[in-house]
Amino acid sequence: MKHLRTALILSLLAPLPILGVPVAQRALATDPAPAQVAAAPSASVRDVKASGRPAFTGAEGLTVQEAPPIPKDATDDRRRQRNYPEQPPVIPHQIVGYQLDLRANKCLTCHAREFTGDSQAPMISVTHFQDRDGQVLGAVSARRYFCLQCHVPQTDVQPRVPNSFRDVDSVIREKDAAAKGGQ
Amino acid sequence: MGIIRRALDLALVAWRAFNRPAGHLSLGFLTIGGFVAGVLWWGGFNTALEMTNKEAFCIGCHEMKDNPYADLKQTIHYSNRSGVRATCPDCHVPHKWTDKIARKMQASKEVWGKIFGTVDTPEKFEAKRKELASHEWARLKANNSLECRNCHSADSMDITRQGARGAEAHQRFLFTGQATCIDCHKGIAHRLPDMTGVPIWTMPQQAAAPH
Repeated sequence: MKHLRTALILSLLAPLPILGVPVAQRALATDPAPAQVAAAPSASVRDVKASGRPAFTGAEGLTVQEAPPIPKDATDDRRRQRNYPEQPPVIPHQIVGYQLDLRANKCLTCHAREFTGDSQAPMISVTHFQDRDGQVLGAVSARRYFCLQCHVPQTDVQPRVPNSFRDVDSVIREKDAAAKGGQ
Repeated sequence: MGIIRRALDLALVAWRAFNRPAGHLSLGFLTIGGFVAGVLWWGGFNTALEMTNKEAFCIGCHEMKDNPYADLKQTIHYSNRSGVRATCPDCHVPHKWTDKIARKMQASKEVWGKIFGTVDTPEKFEAKRKELASHEWARLKANNSLECRNCHSADSMDITRQGARGAEAHQRFLFTGQATCIDCHKGIAHRLPDMTGVPIWTMPQQAAAPH
């Protein structure tokens, strides 16, 4: 009987430490307010706590740069001008869901030589039939098989890093004009 | 007394009981009771049949969950802008009753495959992928892509809203009946097997040759 009473009292006392939890929470919580003040008012920047994601290491102020939405691929089927003769032509059509692995190559179902008559797609160029020793093969060379290594779809976005590239023709024209102006 | 003899006697007794007019039960009880029992039996049968016609049932086996279902999850038939999706039976089980029963009987072979572990590892599944895919291509070719057309109707297809190349191909091949959906749209819900020798698809000879 005595044991039973002890056990009863102990079981009543057992949950008491729970009362301490809110106090501990208040005591342990650090104040993140100073960091939040640094958040820029820009719409693309949110404070870390609101985003629920970690801040970038070394980022100034604890802010998260929102990534812009992924732009849609250009799918207008218009061939783009190449910036230099060796540039791999870019892909002007939808390629979502195209299987491109050792088992199947969706690109070649239109761009392989024997299918271009039906598809009216540009044929993969003659360089694709050569192995690295320049030996010409009957079909696409294994090193040219994975189309997306060089050919990529295009999107209409502003590059993050400015690019001052000019193609060779404009450089030559400019030089000609400068030479004429100098005379 | 031999065991065959005893079984024969038992069968005879059973047949006599079955063949004799009911001695105590009324005709009304027998007809109405038979009707109710029939409804219960048929309802139970159909419920069980429909239970096996759910995706949850299909991916109850790890063979289906880890291979074809994992494939499906990466495709537009699983996830897309409007949130309409196809489940396993939408494409793999005919909707018409007789065809459905025929397919379900064929599926007894899949029970065999499950018991004997025909495709119980990813490697085994990969080895069988072409054979399994070929069965489905043949089935869809034979029924004129019926399961595709349960949702995709050529009549409701507005080709002016399609890409230029797709619109042209549909006009040339689909509307003229020259080709059926599966002829061009293989691998739209699962990863393709090695496509060597499959019409429309090719493989580079280097990659296809044995090393």
